[in-house]
Amino acid sequence: MAKVTIDDITIDVPDGTSILAAARMIDEQHGTNIAPPTMCYYSKLKTTGGYCRTCIVTVEKGSEKDPRPMPKPVPSCRTNVMDGMVVRNTTSPELLEARAGVVEFLLINHPLDCPVCDQAGECHLQDLGYENGKEGTRYEFQRREFEPIDIGDKIKLHMNRCILCYRCVKTCEQITDGRVHGVINRGDHAEISTYIQNAIDNDFSGNVIDVCPVGALTDRTFRFKSRVWFTNPVDAHRDCNNEKCSGKTRLWMKGDDVLRVTARKDRWGEVEEFICNSCRFDHKKTSDWTIEGPSKISHHSVISQNHNELRKLQLGIHKQIKKLDGTKIDLGEGALNPNNIDK
Amino acid sequence: MSKKLLLTYDHIPGINTLEVYRQNNGYKSLEKALKTMKPDDIVEEVKKSGLRGRGGAGFPTGMKWSFLAKPEGVPRHLVCNADESEPGTFKDRYLMERIPHLLIEGMIVSSFALGANTSYIYVRGEYFYIIKILQNAIKEAYAAGLLGKNILGSGYDLDLYVQPGGGAYICGEETALLESLEGKRGNPRLKPPFPAVAGLWGRPTVVNNVETIAAVVPIVNFGGDEYAKIGIGKSTGTKLISASGHINKPGVYEIELGVPVEEFIYSDEYCGGIRNGKKLKAVVAGGSSVPILPTELILTTAKGEPRLMSYESLSDGGFATGTMLGSGGFIAMDEDTSIVKNLFTFARFYHHESCGQCSPCREGTGWMEKILKKFIDGKATMSDIDLLWDVQSKIEGKTICPLGEAAAWPVAAAIRHFRHEFEEYVKNPQSIHDVKHYFRLNNLVEA
Repeated sequence: MAKVTIDDITIDVPDGTSILAAARMIDEQHGTNIAPPTMCYYSKLKTTGGYCRTCIVTVEKGSEKDPRPMPKPVPSCRTNVMDGMVVRNTTSPELLEARAGVVEFLLINHPLDCPVCDQAGECHLQDLGYENGKEGTRYEFQRREFEPIDIGDKIKLHMNRCILCYRCVKTCEQITDGRVHGVINRGDHAEISTYIQNAIDNDFSGNVIDVCPVGALTDRTFRFKSRVWFTNPVDAHRDCNNEKCSGKTRLWMKGDDVLRVTARKDRWGEVEEFICNSCRFDHKKTSDWTIEGPSKISHHSVISQNHNELRKLQLGIHKQIKKLDGTKIDLGEGALNPNNIDK
Repeated sequence: MSKKLLLTYDHIPGINTLEVYRQNNGYKSLEKALKTMKPDDIVEEVKKSGLRGRGGAGFPTGMKWSFLAKPEGVPRHLVCNADESEPGTFKDRYLMERIPHLLIEGMIVSSFALGANTSYIYVRGEYFYIIKILQNAIKEAYAAGLLGKNILGSGYDLDLYVQPGGGAYICGEETALLESLEGKRGNPRLKPPFPAVAGLWGRPTVVNNVETIAAVVPIVNFGGDEYAKIGIGKSTGTKLISASGHINKPGVYEIELGVPVEEFIYSDEYCGGIRNGKKLKAVVAGGSSVPILPTELILTTAKGEPRLMSYESLSDGGFATGTMLGSGGFIAMDEDTSIVKNLFTFARFYHHESCGQCSPCREGTGWMEKILKKFIDGKATMSDIDLLWDVQSKIEGKTICPLGEAAAWPVAAAIRHFRHEFEEYVKNPQSIHDVKHYFRLNNLVEA
């Protein structure tokens, strides 16, 4: 076990834990908010992390044995804790300034086309910008541009929005049989590409959409159907005949229509279990699914605004509304379902 | 004449052939090592010699070798980094072109010391003709029983391969080099683990510069203690310096570490002074990524002592008033040189060569180039100088590999020492192409 102190909170973690994992443990135990943001690290995939540099932290004291501070900020996702380590994240103004610099770098070539981007509302780059960035940009040059391309008939790649986190590359490497896409070119011309436009054709390829932190990889069966905050996420499952797929998914519903199916994500924005393409793309009828109930969506997400409560009413889980004066009104089942109101 | 250890015989015709090389004390160190020494003895001699990595970082070679993990049953590798691509550095090219057998001798001795049975020389792809030279030399060595099975009857086996690079500066970074050698995209790895523990194909690996490996030959021949007597302080031995720029005699010089910078620039033995009788304006002492220094700081330290060509003396004063020996790419600039234009060239290079793996370097290098282009186009404002400073500070220390720092340091140093010149580009955009204007500007500054 190693004792590590992050932002003045001490925790005992097993040896070999990363600083990031330790910070997430603290957040889970204490309800704090000290875990550094991540754009490229993905705990469900091996060898991710280290690229985006948003999770950098200052190590004030290396360990009990070697108390020297580390000379540079280190990526918390790929740096393991040592016994007696003291780490600063949100309590170091210099570090927050450095991170704001990283956020600025990630944004200077990003098109900021959120108004027409399907990812808006569930975009990690948006969250990162709001929480860790600065107002405005100092970049005054033309941004790099790529043409959007279709990766097969289900996935769209908008390279303009990509931040080169390599998550999709690692996903294809690790959970599909044989990767046919990767990164070509270098520097700020580097791009995700299927080699000579080879379509990704694989039972699990759709997961690249879920792991993409930005709107670079989007679901063509959902494109422009709805803003995510107008849809209601519910957890559902079905008997999937793909052995590797658990069939446990999240449906994004509007009324009784299933607009989109994704994997379930945890509080860190990572999928709990990868799902197969059949569940994701081919089962878009409510009758295909056994609905478990509204998904837990973090309060900081725009998607949580009213929709969970509304959805609970629609599903008849809440049958009461609390008025401002404290009195409660009983409602019939499905009373707030827009379909019922129309009738 | 100062002492020469590497380029003693470089002027002899035919020294690139095994026959002539052996007539001139070639492969003596190999015979000595295989017949009279144990591998650990060689490591000990290298430690005693105080030899420091000649690729740029200056890390003690003996220490690096002693970090090599030696698990049972796992092969180890020695990889020679000949991906010399730093602007201003061309010493390894000269050495490999003239005396290829010196490198091969060093490779065999070092591989023996490290217990490696398969070693690689990763050569920069643009050095195509050198690859042929090395291949020929290796063929000769195999034919003479100096490579392959049971070398010189000692029972030691070594296979040596030459691998051409694909034309990327980043593959000179040791972990990117290993990735490239494995046939992958040349992206630097995250450290730890270091190559000494998990390098090529996950096996313990030592990566050394060409000159470092060549220097093992005289160390074995004369002994580590003798080698340590050459040079000054912790900068032992000799160093190849690639001198370029506005000097009378550009070329590769072998110097004994500790030669005064002033002597190196002005003596006829080396650079022979500034060409056309001009005045020296600035020097980049160790390849394009080290901080540039103006004349007064390169000739003397901030304390007023004469600056010497050594690791310690050049870095005296930190980056505020010092620089680094780096890989020994010595670029001298005369009074007519535009620091801003020169910096733009460097920035363009680093932008082009960034691998694009981590965000600060991928985005920041391009941004810096674009801001500098504004200065060249006469469209910059005063706030752009501060912006440039801020951008470089946000790159430095935030990246996976040192390319981020290599891109940020020249920008920082140029602004630190030549801010007035950036301001001149803003105030007087019309006169920036006028050479005489620089002359006036410099008189103004010196007065």
